Amino acid sequence: MPRASRSRATRRVLLLALGVLILAGALALGRGASLERADCAFVNGAEPATLDPAAITAIPEGRIVRALFEGLVVRDPETLEPRPGVAESWEVSPDGLLWTFHLRQGAVWTDGERVTARDFAFSFERLLDPRTAAGYASQLFVVEGARAFATEVDERGAPRRSFDTVAIRAEDPSTLTVRLEHPFAPFLDVLACPQLAPVSERQLAAMRERFPSTWTVEWLRPEHLVTNGPFRLLERRANDRIRLGRFAGYWDAAHVAMETIDALAVEHASTALNLYLTGEVAWVDQVPADLADRLSKREDFRSAAFLGTYFYRVNVSRAPFDDPRVRRALALAIDREAIVRKVTRCGEQPLFACVPPGFGSFAGAPMRHAASFAEDVEEARKLLKECGRTLPPIAIHYNTRELNRDVAEVIADSWRRNLGVSARLENQEWRVFLDTQKKIAYDVSRSSWIADYADPFGFLEIFTSGNENNRTGWGDARYDELLRRAAAALEPERSELLREAESILMEALPILPIYAYASKNLVDPRLQGFFENALDEHPPKAWSWKQP
Amino acid sequence: MIRFLAGRCLGFALTLAAVVLVSFVLMRAVRGGPFDAERRLDPAIERNLRARYHLDWPVHLQLLQYVGPLNLDERGARFLGGDGSRVLGGVLAGDFGPSLRYRDQTVGDILAQSLPVSLALGCAALLWALTFGLLAGVVSAVRRGTRTDLALRFLATALVALPNFVVASALVILLAFLWPLLPVAGWGSWRHLVLPSLALGAPVGAHVARIARTGMLETLSQDFVRAARGKGMPERIVLLRHALPGALVPVASYLGPAAAGVLTGSLVIERIFAIPGAGSHFVNSALNRDYTLAMGVTIVYCVLVYALNTGVDVLHRVLDPRIARESA
Repeated sequence: MPRASRSRATRRVLLLALGVLILAGALALGRGASLERADCAFVNGAEPATLDPAAITAIPEGRIVRALFEGLVVRDPETLEPRPGVAESWEVSPDGLLWTFHLRQGAVWTDGERVTARDFAFSFERLLDPRTAAGYASQLFVVEGARAFATEVDERGAPRRSFDTVAIRAEDPSTLTVRLEHPFAPFLDVLACPQLAPVSERQLAAMRERFPSTWTVEWLRPEHLVTNGPFRLLERRANDRIRLGRFAGYWDAAHVAMETIDALAVEHASTALNLYLTGEVAWVDQVPADLADRLSKREDFRSAAFLGTYFYRVNVSRAPFDDPRVRRALALAIDREAIVRKVTRCGEQPLFACVPPGFGSFAGAPMRHAASFAEDVEEARKLLKECGRTLPPIAIHYNTRELNRDVAEVIADSWRRNLGVSARLENQEWRVFLDTQKKIAYDVSRSSWIADYADPFGFLEIFTSGNENNRTGWGDARYDELLRRAAAALEPERSELLREAESILMEALPILPIYAYASKNLVDPRLQGFFENALDEHPPKAWSWKQP
Repeated sequence: MIRFLAGRCLGFALTLAAVVLVSFVLMRAVRGGPFDAERRLDPAIERNLRARYHLDWPVHLQLLQYVGPLNLDERGARFLGGDGSRVLGGVLAGDFGPSLRYRDQTVGDILAQSLPVSLALGCAALLWALTFGLLAGVVSAVRRGTRTDLALRFLATALVALPNFVVASALVILLAFLWPLLPVAGWGSWRHLVLPSLALGAPVGAHVARIARTGMLETLSQDFVRAARGKGMPERIVLLRHALPGALVPVASYLGPAAAGVLTGSLVIERIFAIPGAGSHFVNSALNRDYTLAMGVTIVYCVLVYALNTGVDVLHRVLDPRIARESA
């Protein structure tokens, strides 16, 4: 090729490349046609894995599902007390077993049909059906026959029993009855969980007919999904945003102020903060750890005790941690004050119990500890001398995250300085970490637990023998018995049983409590109807803008 | 050329097969599963979930089921309460299957939504890189040895050396906070594209500038340029018509790797600017042990990179016939 035509070819090719680039860019941009700005936007953390109420497990999913769907009861945004949702009223038999819910006439689906008791029976069956593989199916195991229905499966994974054996009945379109196996004090709190929201039986059947092989995905698309909550699903852009729009047919629509709300999928704390600082969003629920100190002094920083705990599991099947004195010495020698003051810095509280504070009247039974850290260290040293052995180096196992590393460093330092025990940090990627913990192949392992509803039972239940969330190798027959009795007991006996169980746990210490969580919200001061509460739940139904 | 392309196709099929095989087996060899969580599922429920996605099968059967096109599952979707049609489709049938994490979406859905975003970002980044890179390269070659040259070369070196999250943060501080021109993050309009594509394109542009400068200097020292100057041709014409095309050839051959790098390297930028592109799935799907999504992303990127490289090779052959002759 002669030089002139070669250079022309080069130029042409480059121009072509440029043209293709511009075209491709424009096309790709055009695909995501720009949206009008929503009335209100907030940062929702990770992209929700699903919007199917039965399948959700994480907090960001719960926020969206609670806005889209409404269960029999809802939680008061301020006090968290159960309030009427689709059920206008309810009564319970004197023995605490038979619950009767009266559904309101005005509750409708977005397709205009009435929300009936049948929808709820269907949705509860769906939640329990082993083929749904719902992580929260066990929430309903307190219902008579539910556990057997959900866990006895044939070789195809289908339930062996008929749903008729489960005591959930739609007596008529507006009456639903549920019979429990034993009285269960927090039953209404359970019903307020987003996993127990109803789905439209009619819509699912229609979708199954229309998309025989893909209906499990299709029914949740914005153009198909039928909901009954204060908002409807307007748009869903994976990894970007979920747009909620006010549902005019909602029975309480008069009290819903926001027309459109965007829930942004933003995981990076600094990005979330940038969006907040530039007024793009009205609420972020996390702050970058390195700025926690400065941000927590801002006026729009709102923090409250939050029903979650940060603790270490101890592998009690591995020497020397099989000795309760060693575990107690380790628990006593943790400088919790240093952790909450120097590491977490957002209002977290040092914790000496399994159940965090904030459960109303529940007093709890913290581990014995002195008023000052120095005295605790004194006792810890004495305990170690008593068992007469030198401790081998301890591996602190945690999932890779800056905060976990910083906490582990403070603890390792505490143990080294106060007990002369050397500790090394051992981090693992999240799922490898979970696998190690599942196999109980660690010395001490970072852990946390967050309440689904305001009740201490859940925190204690996980340490019963054989519970899949125990993961310490610890078990105590009397503890199991107390929990079993507490499950069926009514107040005040229930609290007493739980307190006794906690005292056993805090004597044996298969876990080392460290601190109780605090919520860390940055909230636009003009946003009304946003309340701090112990579950860090902030339903957008209550939100409105302060009039200027 | 046809023989060349046929050979490339064969190579492509082999490469893809190897990539699928290795990543499929490696992924399942990594500890931890897609349904692990701090709050562990009831063991019976976990069993059901694993059975639904065939994770209870031996790996070679899972692989066959994944590649397709035969459906090995006799239970089919009846297990899901469906009509007996398949749960996991075969890749050969164009079905990447359902995502294990995002239960509302198939892997196909996710890729269809996120790839165009990454492409838009990548194209914009390349556009910046080419415009600024060429300009800077030519200017510093022409002004060789001056302060301008020094400054531009310093800037280029800095941009190559600085990690892109630093560049991104600097851009956010400058153009979103100090001088609030552009949004800090998000996606939806051209304004959201400016900062991330600048940050993503900066190192590429710096490379382009260096390559263009070298190419330009080389051409400027050649006889035909001296001849053109000697004939009294205006300097502007000498530069644009005679020297520039020579400088463009190495830049054009750099475009392939640059495009691949911009497409696969957008993860950090996507995270910082909360952009719903495919780059984040590249890493997150592996972290989530979302086997099907990770496979889908891997396959798509493999195809993209292979296509880009082949494209560049074809381009080379067009620009420089010597290459075709040598390999023939």
